[in-house]
Amino acid sequence: MIFAEIIEKINLQFGEGFLSQVNAEAKQPFVVIDKNKLLDLAKFLQQSEGLYFDHLACITTIDNRKKANKFEVIYHLDSLVYLHSFVIYIDLVADQELSVPSLESIWRSADWHEREAYDLMGITFDNHPNMTRILLPRDWEGHPLRKDYEEQKYYHGITVKYENE
Amino acid sequence: MKGLLDQQFESGGVVVTKIDDLINWARLSSLWPMGFGLACCAIEMMQSLSSGYDLDRFGITPRSSPRQSDVMIVAGTVTFKMADRVRRLYEQMSEPRYVISMGSCSNCGGPYWEHGYHVVKGVDKIIPVDVFVPGCPPRPEALIGGFLKLQEQIRQETLMAPKAVQKILEKKASA
Repeated sequence: MIFAEIIEKINLQFGEGFLSQVNAEAKQPFVVIDKNKLLDLAKFLQQSEGLYFDHLACITTIDNRKKANKFEVIYHLDSLVYLHSFVIYIDLVADQELSVPSLESIWRSADWHEREAYDLMGITFDNHPNMTRILLPRDWEGHPLRKDYEEQKYYHGITVKYENE
Repeated sequence: MKGLLDQQFESGGVVVTKIDDLINWARLSSLWPMGFGLACCAIEMMQSLSSGYDLDRFGITPRSSPRQSDVMIVAGTVTFKMADRVRRLYEQMSEPRYVISMGSCSNCGGPYWEHGYHVVKGVDKIIPVDVFVPGCPPRPEALIGGFLKLQEQIRQETLMAPKAVQKILEKKASA
């Protein structure tokens, strides 16, 4: 199913205006959606006949504060049955609460992806069963992939920066 | 031609040696490393232990427990998350214990020295290191060279004349 047909199906189900933005010209066509509507859309995409997106391939987070004062969360969905894919963008205004509903209840693979996004970018996922760091130690300070990240001076008594004595 | 020990035994059945030499000989002839690796250096370490390079001919054979090991080869990138574990494993080893730091990452942070927020910039920040083996990763020959260096160090050890105490006394005298 091509992108336009998927959009048509979504509009038929939820009505026009459900998607905040549809960009079909991009190399990877995507839609932007309000975070409160994410769960409904995800459930629809996974469960409805003809779409059947059974695979959440990855979750990307972008620190886009410099250009647009926002964080972006991007979901790449695949259907291994129909071999089509779909991209969902969520914009988070930088100064407001950085949280997105968790998709763990729909795709189990979201579990670790969301934990990684939390670990490295500091975006929390509501109703996630175990919202803890996945890569860094639990008592690490800060989220390294943020553009304004500065590493802590010491970790358990070891200096973090390279010292040239 | 018979071996050196056999010859000595034949001439009266007695071997005369210093206790230091005997203990050192025993220690350096059976350096058992702890079987653990942290990154790509571990692949080279495994090569060194396998039949091609055959570290077993030096009496070096990996053990699965720190309590049975004499030497720790820190083979790979030591992250801060791993640092606590490395220190703990070192503390679990019984003395005498030695540490070989293998490869650039564990020597000084390697390619992560500047921008790697997650890498310990040298494993000697957490545990004392006896031999540093340079390379990224070092070839098995280099690791064998490291072991030979360590054997050389062990050969110089002495129980009879503890040099550490001497050094402290010297320092006190000169101060």
